[in-house]
Amino acid sequence: MQTVFSIAIDAFAYGMALFIICIGLSLTMGLMRVVNLAHGAFAMIAGYIASYAQRELGAGYAAALLLAILGTVAVSIPLERFLYRRIYGSPQLTQVLMTIGITFCVIGITNFFFGPTLKTIALPASLSTPVDLGFRAVAGHRLFVMACGLVVAAGLWFLIERTAFGIRLRATVDNAGMADALGVRTQAVYAVSFAIAMGLAALGGVVGAEFLPIEPYYALRYMVTFLVVVSVGGAGSIPGALLACLVLGAIDTTGRYLMPDFGNFFFYAAVIAIVCVFPRGFLGRAQ
Amino acid sequence: MAGTRAGSSLVRDAAGVAAIAAIGAAGYWLFPDNLALLTRVIAVALLALSLDLVVGYCGVATLGHATLFGAGAYAAGMACLRGVTEPMTLVLIGAAAGAAAGLVMGAVMLRAHGLAQLVLSIAIVQLAHEAANKASAFTGGSDGLAGFSPSPLFGTFAFDLWGRTAYLFGLALLVGVFVVLKFVVASPFGMLCRGIKEDPVRIRAMGAFVFPVLLKMFVISGAVAGTGGALAALSTQVVGLDSVSFELSANALVMLVLGGLGSLYGALVGTVVFMGFEHTVSAVNPFHWMTMVGALLIAVVLVAPGGLGGLAGRLRAAVRGAGGGRGRP
Repeated sequence: MQTVFSIAIDAFAYGMALFIICIGLSLTMGLMRVVNLAHGAFAMIAGYIASYAQRELGAGYAAALLLAILGTVAVSIPLERFLYRRIYGSPQLTQVLMTIGITFCVIGITNFFFGPTLKTIALPASLSTPVDLGFRAVAGHRLFVMACGLVVAAGLWFLIERTAFGIRLRATVDNAGMADALGVRTQAVYAVSFAIAMGLAALGGVVGAEFLPIEPYYALRYMVTFLVVVSVGGAGSIPGALLACLVLGAIDTTGRYLMPDFGNFFFYAAVIAIVCVFPRGFLGRAQ
Repeated sequence: MAGTRAGSSLVRDAAGVAAIAAIGAAGYWLFPDNLALLTRVIAVALLALSLDLVVGYCGVATLGHATLFGAGAYAAGMACLRGVTEPMTLVLIGAAAGAAAGLVMGAVMLRAHGLAQLVLSIAIVQLAHEAANKASAFTGGSDGLAGFSPSPLFGTFAFDLWGRTAYLFGLALLVGVFVVLKFVVASPFGMLCRGIKEDPVRIRAMGAFVFPVLLKMFVISGAVAGTGGALAALSTQVVGLDSVSFELSANALVMLVLGGLGSLYGALVGTVVFMGFEHTVSAVNPFHWMTMVGALLIAVVLVAPGGLGGLAGRLRAAVRGAGGGRGRP
C-alpha cells in the first residue's frame, strides 16, 4: 500500500512536470504545425538562467523563476522572427533539420557561457519540507508541481477556447489565408503563440528540474521524450497531452520502481503499442 | 532514342562509380594515417545510402535507422565470437540480420503516417538500444562486444594494424553496393517507389499495393545498413551501444539531407562532408563542435534547402542558363 501510494504520487507529479513542458510543444506542433525539436533547448535555457540568478545574483526561487521565463521568452522572440518564420509550412524533414541545428547551437552556447556542469536550482524552505496531508506526508515540491500543472491546463483551455485570441489562433490554424483576409494578423498570432509555448517550456524546465535535472545535454537527452509524449497525446490537444503525460508518467515511474534494471524499456514498448493502436495519438484530430 | 538515352545514363553511372573508386583510392594515398576514420566514413556512408532508399526514394521519414546498422554490427560481432571468422561470410551475416531487422521495423513503422511514423521509428531505436544494453549475455551490455578477430580476407589479406585491408575491403564493398543500388533504383520497382513517394493515392488507384513495395524497400535498405554495420564491426573489432543509438540515426538523416535527398551521390557527399567537418571541428572542444554543426544545419536549411546536391544542381542550371544562350547554335 505504501509503495502504491508513493508510486502514485511520484507518477502524478512527474506526469504534471512533463505536461507543463510538453504542452508548449503540443501547441507548436498541433496548432502551428512546426516539429520543434528545439523545445527542450528552451526549457534548458530557463534552467540555466534560474540557476545563474540564484547563484550569482542571489535571487529567491520565485524571482529566479520569473527571470527565467522572461529571459527565455526574450531569447525566443528573435529566433521566431528570423528562423522559425521561414520554416512554417515547410516539409517536416526541413523543420527537423533546422530545429536540431538550433538545439545544437543552444547547447554549445549555453555551455560556453555557463560552464558544462550540472546546474541545481535550490528550492525554498516552504517547498522542500514535507506537507502533512492528514494521513501521509508528501514532499511540498511535488504538490507545487501538480498545482502548476493543473493551473496551466485550465489556463490554456480558457485561453484557446474562451478568449478572442483563442478564436484568432484557431482560425489561423484552420485557414491562414482566410484568417488573414478577415483581418487577423496571422504573423502576430503565430509570434504570440510561439512566445507562450516557450514561456511554458521555461516554466516546466525550472519547476520540473527535480525530475529532469538541468545538465549540459538536457536538450538532446529529453528531446525524444517530449516528442513522444506529444504524439502519444495527439498534437494540439490539451486533454490529450494531459492524458498522455499521466499515462506515460505512470508507466515510466512504475517501471523504474518495480524493475529499475530495465530503464526506459517499458516506456518505449508502451509507446509502440499506443501509437499502433492510436496512430493520431489519444485525442488527436485528423489533419 | 530511348536506347541512346539509356546508353548515355549507363556511361554516366559508370563514370560515377569510377569516380567513387578513384576518390576512395586517393583517400588511401593521401591519408595513410587516418584509414580507421576513413573506414568509419565508408561504414556510415552505407548507412546513409540505406537511409536514402527509404527517405529519399520512398518518402518514409525515420529517425531510427541505426537499428538496422546496429543489427548488422551485433550479428557480425556475435558470429565472429562464436567461431565464424571469414570476413565475407560475416558481412553476409550482417546484411541478413539488417534485412531481418528491416522487415520487422518496416512492418511496424509502415502502419502509421507522418508524425506517428517518426515517433514509432524513434521508439524502435530506443527499444533496440535498451535491449542491446540489457541482453548483456549476448551483446556485452554497455561494455559492448570486443575481443573477436576476423580471419584474413580470402585467406590471404590479414586485417593489419593500420587498417589498410579493412579500408580497401570497405571501399570494394561500397562500390559493389553502389552499383547494385543503381540498378535497384532504376528498375521498375525503384520507379514504383518514387511514384509512391510522389502520390501514394494515385499509385494505389493504379492497382499497385503500396505496403509490400515499401516493405521490400525496407528489407533492401536493412541489408545495406547491415553491411555497413558489419564493416564497422570488422574494421574496429569492437561493437558498442552507440551503433544502435538515436544519435547515429539523427546524424545519418542530417548527412542525407545535407547531401541531398533522393540521390545516391548525395548520400555519399553528405556523409563525407559531415564527418569531415565533425572530425575537423571536434578536435577543438565538444561544445564548440555542437555550435558549429548546429550553425551548419541552420545554414543548410536557409541557403540550400535541397542539400548540397540541390545547390550544385541550381548552380549548374544557372551556369548552363547563362552559357547556353551563347554556346548553342
